[in-house]
Amino acid sequence: MDLDSRMSLVSVVGAAGKMGSGITFLLAQEMARLSLLPENKGKLYRLIAVDLDPNALRGLQEYVHVQAVKAAEKSAVGLRALYANRPDLVENSEIIEDYTRRIDAMVWPTTDLAAVAGSRLVFEAIVEKIEIKTSVYRQLKELCPDAYFFTNTSSVPIGVLDREAGLGGRVLGVHFYNPPPVQKLVEIIRADSTTDDVVAVATEIGKRLRKTLIPSHDVAGFIGNGHFIRDGNHGLAEAARLAKEHGWPKAFHIVNRVSQDWLLRPMGIFQLIDYVGIDVFKFIQTVMGKYLPETLSDPVIDRMIEKKVLGGQNPDGSQKPGFFTYEKGRIVSVYDLDKGVYLPLDPAGWTGEADAALGPLPEPFRPWKGLVGAPDRSAALVAHFERVAAQRSLGGELARTYLGRSREIGRKLVADGVAFDADGVNGVLTSGFFHLYGPINDYCK
Amino acid sequence: MKSLRKPVYLVCGDYTMSFGTGRKEFNPKKSRPGLEHYIAEAGQAVVGQLPDPTVVDEGYVGNFMAARFNHQGHLGAMFALVHPSFEYKPSTRVEGACCSGGLSVASAVKSVLADASDVVLALGVEVQNTVKAIYGADILAGAGHYAGERKNGHAYFFPAKFSDRAGAYKERFGEKGTWEGMGRWYEQAIVNARTNEKAQEFQNADPDPFATHQAMKPNGKSFCDHINVLDCSKVSDGAAGILVASAVGLARAGKTPSEAVQLVGIGHAVADLTTAPQDLTKLTTSQRAVEQALAMAGLTIKDIGVFDIHDCFTITGILTVEALGLAPHGEGAAYVAAGKTRRDGPTPMNTTGGLVGWGHPTGASGVRQIVDVYKQLTGKAGSSQIQIPADRPYGLTISMGGNDRTVVACVLRRAA
Repeated sequence: MDLDSRMSLVSVVGAAGKMGSGITFLLAQEMARLSLLPENKGKLYRLIAVDLDPNALRGLQEYVHVQAVKAAEKSAVGLRALYANRPDLVENSEIIEDYTRRIDAMVWPTTDLAAVAGSRLVFEAIVEKIEIKTSVYRQLKELCPDAYFFTNTSSVPIGVLDREAGLGGRVLGVHFYNPPPVQKLVEIIRADSTTDDVVAVATEIGKRLRKTLIPSHDVAGFIGNGHFIRDGNHGLAEAARLAKEHGWPKAFHIVNRVSQDWLLRPMGIFQLIDYVGIDVFKFIQTVMGKYLPETLSDPVIDRMIEKKVLGGQNPDGSQKPGFFTYEKGRIVSVYDLDKGVYLPLDPAGWTGEADAALGPLPEPFRPWKGLVGAPDRSAALVAHFERVAAQRSLGGELARTYLGRSREIGRKLVADGVAFDADGVNGVLTSGFFHLYGPINDYCK
Repeated sequence: MKSLRKPVYLVCGDYTMSFGTGRKEFNPKKSRPGLEHYIAEAGQAVVGQLPDPTVVDEGYVGNFMAARFNHQGHLGAMFALVHPSFEYKPSTRVEGACCSGGLSVASAVKSVLADASDVVLALGVEVQNTVKAIYGADILAGAGHYAGERKNGHAYFFPAKFSDRAGAYKERFGEKGTWEGMGRWYEQAIVNARTNEKAQEFQNADPDPFATHQAMKPNGKSFCDHINVLDCSKVSDGAAGILVASAVGLARAGKTPSEAVQLVGIGHAVADLTTAPQDLTKLTTSQRAVEQALAMAGLTIKDIGVFDIHDCFTITGILTVEALGLAPHGEGAAYVAAGKTRRDGPTPMNTTGGLVGWGHPTGASGVRQIVDVYKQLTGKAGSSQIQIPADRPYGLTISMGGNDRTVVACVLRRAA
């Protein structure tokens, strides 16, 4: 493995997208660190950032700069050590400025794919379409005959990509979670054909970027989406069932609350789908469905897309309307799928009725936020789910069903050989989705 | 200064709120009042207590680093903001790092003793929330020796200097007892700050500050090896002011000695800025300044009923207890942990929260400390008021700059 020499010329293809820009920033940080080591003095480091959209590339530059400043300010203690041999840079402000300028200069934005020529590491985060990926990889292998290719796909099988593009085992799935600079989890997916050295290099990079690496087998969707899509589909089916009696707004509200408050997750399932994007959710369903003997599409998602309600985020990070609309990150209204309008939350009216139908939370109640850093977390979880098990309310019932379905999905991921073991599944959900516990558990059994 | 050749009185002290994190109304993204506002507010709160503010002869403005925090020098001339009659009167800005406020009072005292003025307004001001903490650390590092120690210094330069002191103290006298003493000092700071509505931690509602402190273990990767952020004084905007007057000046100001305190001793000492302290577990310059002040007053530490000392960090509170001679070397932490510096203890310290609880607008702190002791001794401390023992009617302040490099200590008593 010759990682340090490979790191002097790296390319990111699809660099200006959400995942691509996060990956670009992470790599720029590591390359800046290398460039500051005394033994690398005078050596040129380049990070070629390729994207079709020049406007998005300008946005990438701005994003990288802002992130670099933030990261430098936050890590000033360690940064000073890295600058110990620069007597001319004394104050924090001088060091932070030099560091951010270094990162800014590291990134070479371009719309020309040919600029990747000679790269020995290529990260790819383009659209999840196998035909497009294949055609890009066919060009890439000519341009960089020596490169290792890391694809950020969350659903395309790596072996298929390797075969169709003829990459000779030099490709590996390196699936970052959104946003890459924040999320600790990276799923590593090797195809049968992937060579050992490619895996070794990726493992070392993952370590340097301080990521938690979890191996997943090369089955479309891998672990993260393998659970997320099916878990989401369960929530959607539950909502559809409840909507018959309660109408859509109440049904969405109820299932979202159960999945957040009763299951103690950081956000409810429909808020999570809004965050990911309803269209993206659909997209992953489709891609996975193509390679799996299982129907993953869902009629609620299809109807939302028909009505052009797509979720996702604005460029400033604020949430677009989806199942809900948001103000400052908080849900303020809920979509009525039949009427095509949003109904504002109304605790004295319909929202209160839905909450009453759910029944009370298991008391004493500690939300996700209060448990995430709590030293007594595992005991608190056991106690919480004992109370859920005893609840004779709609909330308790929906929570137990949800928990059971999530466990079933988790176990199937192990049985189908997607995950190596239960720890793999639980690790992805806890580190990538910030769940307090993995789906394969003994709660409410 | 060898002796006080005539009586010096201090009267009409007051201060602004200490503004910054901890205050619910503080929002780093919103614009805030500047130096002008704080100088005017504190100054007017002082001279507003006079029937005729035109009696003020002179002004001093203590300030550390407005030139960098606010891109503003020349603060002496902001004295004229306080009252229209101050136009064309003399005023000087004085600087001695975090002792700038102490120097402002000391300079006013000297002016009165020199018969240069009879009524002097001593002000102190700092507005620090203009930059993020990581850049503020650069600015405050100016209180150390830039050429000698900044490059090899920590990102959080001064916290690390006192973290080193805490580390040395822990190593020499025991980790557990030291950490407990630091936690108790923090708890006392919060409890006292809650008595003073202008304190930055006034709204702190933590039911158990000691437990909160003890649970937050120091982390050298993100901050310092031996202290946590709760061990630090606050980043603050604020100002304080007090009148320093001769007997003639006091009468001219329309105030009686019963409304005032009298300065009975003052000590002012510096140590070489370019040399590191010899023993990190001692505050030798503070000790020297206190000895000078007590000697001038003809008193011993046993005569002091109330203290306001420079706790830039909780460890500084512990080291100061020893520098004052209240506890032997190595027993300051236990002294604090035993509750002896609490408001109901035998030697109450920092009754409005000190630099950790009330806040630390650096240039203002030395003046604010004098104001708080003046209020305690004259019964004007409101809900912060403690009972001053009749047999110990004296108050003592320590204003310290940098790593125990410039110190002003004052001993005060009620004037009549």
